[in-house]
Amino acid sequence: MSIATLEANPALSVPLDKIDVSNPDLFVNDTVGDYFTRLREEDPVHYCAESAYGPYWSITKYKDIMAVDTNHQVFSSEAGVGGIIIDDNNVRSEGLPLRSFITMDPPEHDAQRKTVSPIVAPSNLMVLEKTIRERMQNILDRLPVGEEFDWVDNVSIELTTQMLATLFDFPFEERRRLTRWSDVTTAEPGSGIIDSWEQRSKELQECAASFMTLWNERVNKKEPGNDLISMLAHSPATRNMPPEEFLGNILLLIVGGNDTTRNSMTGSVLALNRFPKEFEKLKANHALIDSMVPEVIRWQTPLAHMRRTALEDHEVGGKTIRKGDKVVMWYLSGNRDEDMIERPNELIIDRARPRQHLSFGFGVHRCVGNRLAEMQLKILWEEILARFSHIEVLKEPERVRSNFVRGYSYMPVRLHA
Amino acid sequence: MLHIKYVEANGTEYLVETDAGFNAMEVAVKNGIPGIDGDCGGAAACATCHVYVDPGWIEKTGKAAEGLEQSMLEFAEDVQDNSRLACQIKLDDALDGLVLKLPEKQH
Repeated sequence: MSIATLEANPALSVPLDKIDVSNPDLFVNDTVGDYFTRLREEDPVHYCAESAYGPYWSITKYKDIMAVDTNHQVFSSEAGVGGIIIDDNNVRSEGLPLRSFITMDPPEHDAQRKTVSPIVAPSNLMVLEKTIRERMQNILDRLPVGEEFDWVDNVSIELTTQMLATLFDFPFEERRRLTRWSDVTTAEPGSGIIDSWEQRSKELQECAASFMTLWNERVNKKEPGNDLISMLAHSPATRNMPPEEFLGNILLLIVGGNDTTRNSMTGSVLALNRFPKEFEKLKANHALIDSMVPEVIRWQTPLAHMRRTALEDHEVGGKTIRKGDKVVMWYLSGNRDEDMIERPNELIIDRARPRQHLSFGFGVHRCVGNRLAEMQLKILWEEILARFSHIEVLKEPERVRSNFVRGYSYMPVRLHA
Repeated sequence: MLHIKYVEANGTEYLVETDAGFNAMEVAVKNGIPGIDGDCGGAAACATCHVYVDPGWIEKTGKAAEGLEQSMLEFAEDVQDNSRLACQIKLDDALDGLVLKLPEKQH
């Protein structure tokens, strides 16, 4: 590497102790990768003393992330001690902690998670498959061929929002409210989505009120419906939740079922444009969709991090993390770890073990909807390949200003028949 | 060298040979047994290698260990008393002939 590039790239020249990978600018510009590469090489368990979110540890290697993620006794997700996002404010609304099963530790977590997990069990996925395919066919059939349009809004958001409305049995025509609440939940002031924490609280209270109406309609039905709200309303583990826990769980399911898959759908199109040889492979052999899907989820890493809080002193990668410290597992970095994944920056759709990636997390908080996410992407690509020869990305996509949601707000494309 | 038999829910049997020292998930993946994914690479952290130990063998393999293995099985489908995560069954000569049944589906 020449001296000129060294000087031009602050990721390589900034003093190690000044590296702060939480800066959302690095994500909106997609420049955070070089910082992670440097940390993995020079300081894989990295302490950042000053950031907009206070001091925090960065865990950047795959194996160290695995060690933290599977040790819930030491590394807590509990909302009361900080939750699962680097920004402490994110786990609160109107000053109250927004508790949900992702921000609880076992055993409380286990009972609530088991309440909703049947909706994404294999038997129910088989039921959902037909609905998902019909909707995808509808949406894809209506797209203009040969004209520029936004893939994010017309396909990724529309498909995942329709899915979410079905899982909640939410009024279908009002479904874009779910998209808005999903965006608001993970936003911070300055992201372009909300202007203040007060605005966020206000919009989230509207969400709570809307879902409370649906809950009240369904809680007394003798035959509970097969939707998430009915499941929560009828389970002993969740039917008496305090209001902030009710809202917390609703928001968890909205974000988990929406934002993540939305961005993997956009990411899949982008990735296959960046790696045209892989797209040729896929077109020549549609059976590769099965391994392409998890590979895209790794390559995209739709959630860049999860955060924990240390409940006691503990050593990770030779460094001592102290009780009370904030610990950020950068899934995005672990998924680019050369020690675990060969040529990690490349999309390789026929990798031997494509599901060995960190995007769903590991341990008791592993994504409950992982197979639903994969199924949606699989059907999407089956239907795309049946219709179009190419989805051409016309410009670099616009990215979301967030160190948590690694996503896209706009990506112009043109379809080729 | 020892032999392990994996039986799919539909009754299809796979008899495989392995050296001691591996775990039952690694051996399944190496031999392409369908339905055992082992996403986490053997850390008892994903529950994609759920198996039922044949009742005649459960004493030798032991039941699911307290801690992460039991926690992860909490979230698997159709868990029974003889459920284990295959990655936590370390294979040695005492397990020559072990029979492991696969659940209908797992995720």
